[in-house]
Amino acid sequence: MNQRMSPNAVSRRNFLKTAAGLSFVFAIAPDALAPGDEALADTARPDGPYAPNVWLTIAPDGAITVVSPAAEMGQGSFTTLPLIIAEELDADWSKVRPIFPTDWDGRKFGNPAYDYAFQTSASASVHGYFTPLRLAGAQARRVMLDAVAVKWSVPVTELSTEPSVVVHKVSGRRIGYGEIAMFAAIPAELPKVNESDLKPAASFRLIGKDTDRVDVGLKVDGSAKFGMDVQVPGMVYAAVLQSPYAGGAPLEIDDARARAVPGITDVVKLPEGVGVIGTTVEGTQAAKRLLRVTWGDATGAHLDSERALEDFAAIGRDMSRSGVPFENKGDAKAAMAAAKRVFRGDYRTRYVYHAQMEPMNATATVSADGKSAELWCGTQAATSLLEGVARILETDRSKLTLHQQFLGGGYGRRGNHEAVFDAVRLAKAAGKPVKLVWAREDDIRGGKFRPMTAHHIEAGLDETGKLVAWHHRVVAESVVAYSTGDSKPRQDRIVMKGSPIPQYPIADKLAEHVIENRGARLSPWRGVGNGHNAFAIESFIDDIAKDLGKDPLAFRLELTEGVPRMQHLLHVVSDMSDWPRKRSDTALGVATMVKDDTLAAGVAEVSVDRQTGKIKVHNFWAAVDAGIAVQPRNLAAQTEGSVIYALGSALRETITIKDGHVLQSNYSDYEVARMSDVPNIEIKVVSTDNKPTGGGEEGVPLPASAIGNAIAALTGVRLHELPFSPDRVRGALGV
Amino acid sequence: MVAITVNGERHDVAVAPETPLLWVLREHLKLTGTKFGCGIAACGACTVHIDGEAVHSCAMPVSLIEGKSVTTIEGLSPDRSHPLQKAWIAEQVPQCGYCQSGQIMQAATLLAANKNPSREDIVAHMDGNICRCGTYLRIINAIQRAAREG
Repeated sequence: MNQRMSPNAVSRRNFLKTAAGLSFVFAIAPDALAPGDEALADTARPDGPYAPNVWLTIAPDGAITVVSPAAEMGQGSFTTLPLIIAEELDADWSKVRPIFPTDWDGRKFGNPAYDYAFQTSASASVHGYFTPLRLAGAQARRVMLDAVAVKWSVPVTELSTEPSVVVHKVSGRRIGYGEIAMFAAIPAELPKVNESDLKPAASFRLIGKDTDRVDVGLKVDGSAKFGMDVQVPGMVYAAVLQSPYAGGAPLEIDDARARAVPGITDVVKLPEGVGVIGTTVEGTQAAKRLLRVTWGDATGAHLDSERALEDFAAIGRDMSRSGVPFENKGDAKAAMAAAKRVFRGDYRTRYVYHAQMEPMNATATVSADGKSAELWCGTQAATSLLEGVARILETDRSKLTLHQQFLGGGYGRRGNHEAVFDAVRLAKAAGKPVKLVWAREDDIRGGKFRPMTAHHIEAGLDETGKLVAWHHRVVAESVVAYSTGDSKPRQDRIVMKGSPIPQYPIADKLAEHVIENRGARLSPWRGVGNGHNAFAIESFIDDIAKDLGKDPLAFRLELTEGVPRMQHLLHVVSDMSDWPRKRSDTALGVATMVKDDTLAAGVAEVSVDRQTGKIKVHNFWAAVDAGIAVQPRNLAAQTEGSVIYALGSALRETITIKDGHVLQSNYSDYEVARMSDVPNIEIKVVSTDNKPTGGGEEGVPLPASAIGNAIAALTGVRLHELPFSPDRVRGALGV
Repeated sequence: MVAITVNGERHDVAVAPETPLLWVLREHLKLTGTKFGCGIAACGACTVHIDGEAVHSCAMPVSLIEGKSVTTIEGLSPDRSHPLQKAWIAEQVPQCGYCQSGQIMQAATLLAANKNPSREDIVAHMDGNICRCGTYLRIINAIQRAAREG
């Protein structure tokens, strides 16, 4: 059946016979960077695709290996992204095997939404990759159709596909994709496909239909491999005592007791820590705790978070201090001056910690010349990881090999790589592979937090009671300045996301960031700025509604006029929660959010024990519109999970920093949501014709304000600060 | 040298007697399905069975379990056929998945003692196991499914 008479054909087929499962047989390069050719198709490589820019390979048995470019941290991209390719390829989904990239050239697999960087954050994977992956799948299908048309001498227009089969209806002939892989050549120039070649939505077999996640089986028997699970021959272990605050260099190191621990082979000075290397994980962890180190001074050494938050609140009210505008429509200040009535509100949030279940870790080995390295870890940001390691080793990125692992939670934390960088430094010092493990205490004390914030919001109403002016001041450190090391004031899309509130089309609107640098370690946190901004904004909207004597949900329906997608969600959650029905010992609160064109609304039903100050959330209803819901059940699971994630931060989670030291140390004093905290949750996925947008964290902004609004409805008391810890609630209720 | 039996197999491991069982399983025996989460028995990611009881292996010195029988997630079933594993797949419980070995091992001791647990029973039994992705409601559904379908 092989039409080609290339000299390699025989040996190639022999290879297939003996090692079909591993062979690279048929490469389709939808990306024109390196079109496939016969030599490429004939090169059998047991270690993976020869032409690394191709998205998929098809084996003779029909198995389709598809590159899944995003990190898998629980959000389901490892299923969803290959599924988008499979849709247009018209593949039999049961034959699809996702793999992580083995080549980290962003021009090949990078996310267009991040300028072709490998960056899995802000729920931008489906959003960024949706169209490119569809085109890749469609092009691969087209290449196969062309090959069959030549083989059967029929016009390509007479061919169609069923899952993993090309069909010639006229003659009744059928051929499977695996069989095609046995003979098809790759054209020198790949066919061009464009969006008009893509399936109409009505023909989707996979998109919009619930599919089991490919990683679930691996996660019920312990076989899924996370960074923490990496075992490399000849490796040793390392632990790092980190500086308590950013920028603290080790000055004096007393390591006598640490070195006395059995198996410890070396103690290594790091830029902001001291590393211990040894033969066991338990030995290195024990030795780390015995180190005594004095640390150099830095801004963060003087941070007292509770005192700083008081400063922030005062700065928020001081209108002479202007910030960096993030949203600036019309002339908010003039409109406010002209307003008939002006409302003012002040709100506060505290540092919160990712608390991902897998503590940070990395395994690395560095070549004898110090210029090449192999890395094993789970990362949300492979591009910046590789650039960072290349800088440390003063080498080229091409000398680095990265083995992506599953992430035991990301939520923004695994876009930071200080554990990887230290593992590289320690591996270089050790001259052998090093597995660096952070204990939970290291993970919290060396945590990078969502910044604490003080909000001052003013809203102006005209004589008809219409909201015509909006001015939101956020006083906080800058995550962008911290991450880039560039303190020049500029827009911070991490801190300020959620502040433009497009669901409330107010003509004159200003949202500004008054940047106060206090030296804390910072990071994007699940839901980024939408989390703290929605708490302030949605609490304030309710306070205005109350003052106007309006129902909070009806008031939002007024405010969202002209935004039908949000109005629909408000009606949906109203129905789900039976909003008009009065409860006796509980009350309802509503909240909305828009994040990168995804919309959500939620309603919480709560009660409070006035003696203990403990809030109980009984029910939570949410509706989410992320455009086309590619995997509706997973979108619901992500929304539900992110509501629960945020429940902990609404009720209890707080990081406190005193004299530069993080006071919390483990799950015992940083209390995330547990099963007993979780209410009944109902999520309604509203799939619309819009291009798919983010879905991994859209529940995060809802609980804090929905719960706070419900508490206000129940008690008449507004909670202005997160978290709603029992002592704070008791204080607010005057108990 | 400490002698322990894990998933029916006897091992002699050269570790200090106070070494937590977790590190013996994960790093010495390379059974990495049992996870390190907190090190102080506060999150449940390291849950294993010792003579049928759910135990936090991160806080259990290996010397205390000499002569006892340890079961890890790798030994729960050879092929994902335990009723809880089947139910976990049917309910599509895991997200990041890091806590799920511990969740399943913890749940297994509930079902062994209570064939028809209520939601309250489940919450009381499972409250020591954290899932930061927030899969708790799916865990409850999966445990009830496993109880139902066996």
